[in-house]
Amino acid sequence: MRKLLFESLIRPPLTEPRPDPDLSMIADLAGRLGGVARQKLGRSLSIREIDAGSCNGCELEIHALGNAFYDIERFGLRFVASPRHADVLLVTGPVTKNMREALERTYNATPAPKWVVAAGDCAADGGCFAGSYAVLGGVSAVVPVDLHIPGCPPSPVMLLKGLIALMEQSNRKVPSR
Amino acid sequence: MPSLIETLSGAVPLHPHKLWPRIPVDADTWSMLIEQLTEGRWTLSGLWGDEGTVHMAVLDAERGQLAVASLACQEGRFPSVARHHAPAHRLERTIRDLFGFEPVGAPDDRPWLDHGRWSVRHPLGVRSEATGEGGGYDFLTAEGEGLHQIPVGPVHAGIIEPGHFRFTANGETVVRLEERLGYTHKGVEAQMAGAAPDRAAQFAARLSGDSTVACSIAFARAVETALGIEIPGRAHWLRALMAELERIANHLGDIGAVCNDASFALMHAHTAVLRERVLRQADLCFGHRLMMDRIVPGGVTVELDRPGQDGISALVAMIRKAFPPLVELYDETASLQDRTVGTGTLSDVLTRQYGAGGYVGRASGRAFDARHDLAYAPYDQLRFDVPILAEGDVNARVWVRIREVEQSLGLIDQIIEGMPPGDIAVALPKAKQTCEGLALVEGFRGDILCWLRLGPDGTVERCHLRDPSWFQWPLLEAVIEGNIVADFPLCNKSFNCSYSGHDL
Repeated sequence: MRKLLFESLIRPPLTEPRPDPDLSMIADLAGRLGGVARQKLGRSLSIREIDAGSCNGCELEIHALGNAFYDIERFGLRFVASPRHADVLLVTGPVTKNMREALERTYNATPAPKWVVAAGDCAADGGCFAGSYAVLGGVSAVVPVDLHIPGCPPSPVMLLKGLIALMEQSNRKVPSR
Repeated sequence: MPSLIETLSGAVPLHPHKLWPRIPVDADTWSMLIEQLTEGRWTLSGLWGDEGTVHMAVLDAERGQLAVASLACQEGRFPSVARHHAPAHRLERTIRDLFGFEPVGAPDDRPWLDHGRWSVRHPLGVRSEATGEGGGYDFLTAEGEGLHQIPVGPVHAGIIEPGHFRFTANGETVVRLEERLGYTHKGVEAQMAGAAPDRAAQFAARLSGDSTVACSIAFARAVETALGIEIPGRAHWLRALMAELERIANHLGDIGAVCNDASFALMHAHTAVLRERVLRQADLCFGHRLMMDRIVPGGVTVELDRPGQDGISALVAMIRKAFPPLVELYDETASLQDRTVGTGTLSDVLTRQYGAGGYVGRASGRAFDARHDLAYAPYDQLRFDVPILAEGDVNARVWVRIREVEQSLGLIDQIIEGMPPGDIAVALPKAKQTCEGLALVEGFRGDILCWLRLGPDGTVERCHLRDPSWFQWPLLEAVIEGNIVADFPLCNKSFNCSYSGHDL
């Protein structure tokens, strides 16, 4: 173990430069986040991830955000274990009918101000599962969505771009609700 | 003693493409099969509904034979398999939910995937309207002084899929765990019905994102068997290359994650870097980090060029160098071993009864590996060992995965070296009549079964994909008994069953 730790000290870091927030997402957000002045959240956001019925592909890429290449915590973004600690709900999957109540209850358990990010193509509109008897559709069918990050699954860089865009925008505005 | 296929089909010469037959049986043969399953001679590999019929896939692991027995459901009823053979429980409850067929004599009449939230009952059978209001669910009880319940999920604390775990504990010791799954049920089988094979393949690729390659191979092979076509040799080799990359990526991620669940983050940090490098190389070579939609019926969609081959060889060399010190770290950290050794022990009896595949089975002495025992192309031309351990604890499952990473690295070397040149896909012929195909493919988690029937118009009439998790989830309930609640994440991660693959 000592050798591994020592090597980690002398090797250059793997962590890559911060990706620029996606311009289209910023425009999208500016439109959505309401006009009320914001209370500072201290330049950080706590994220609660909810799988509302995904194939787990999105979860794999969200997990990857924690590795040394992306190191999401350096941006003040942090995954938390409870919706009661969260500012942001990061929701994946087409929302299945069996997950509807769990998603609603998790949303209601999250204190305001709060933002909802729908990650992945399924979360946008149900993706290829839209129209199934067991699927409600995208996340916005159940809770209001502030930002959508596309991809099947979205790559970690796309996820970072979206979340950084959200953080920069949310430093200016709070959602109107 | 006659083999499975001889017993069922009377040794009829089989078409070379139809290596594994599907045979209509009567109730007597159905009972005989159940008896053989309970005696442990054969293994239950799948049980699913169809129009007026239930199908049971039976595996003769010793001889590498697979067969499907089909029983007509008289008045929507069939003799319960679960009554005698426990592994069929949830499969039968699913048949009842989706088709409305009644397993006669089944010990558990609670619904499974149907939580009462759909607006339809029996979505794959004779449909009827439902309120969709949901309802209660009777968990199994445990009685005794000082017992308390801990409900967990469906939304979990980590970044994982949804499912509900109901623990009954005495202090810290788990007395009973009952799982309730089905939260991610998306109606995949209903959506595949009526879809052209290339569209249905997208659903197969999204059955379980971490096994997208293996599920796609299973589906593609079933379509190709049904249509009686041979795909180019190179396509088989490229598929195997993607499958081994997928296996390595998942094993690396999970070996670290098991250690992380024992609060040993250093291991996790290092294996996550290796996993990321595998995904990046996959992205470079195949244009998708998880290699989703790269395998289609008829072949593969992406050719591997020279720089791609060199990139993969360099990746293999890098992992060979970086992985052994991590294995040593795992092996020499006593505080970590203290958590994994002797935790969550799965007995060989249960393993065999359930036919648990993958590292779950192989860490408890069940040697089955579809790549080895069924030797589908190109594995019939590749050399590799199937690592087996007998201890059955979390530690053994970690070690099997460590050894499998090493084997997969060797396989990738052989694939890069021996891959034949040529085309990577053939056009699918139009089906002229109803045809069926069956495939069993080894994913990182275990063997994935795919059975399908194509209609005369070439679309999928019925497709059933059976994830390995079906026969692993129930065993997780068994291994946690007598362990402490705090060891559940470790046990769970060492199994790493798929929710989505199971919930369909």
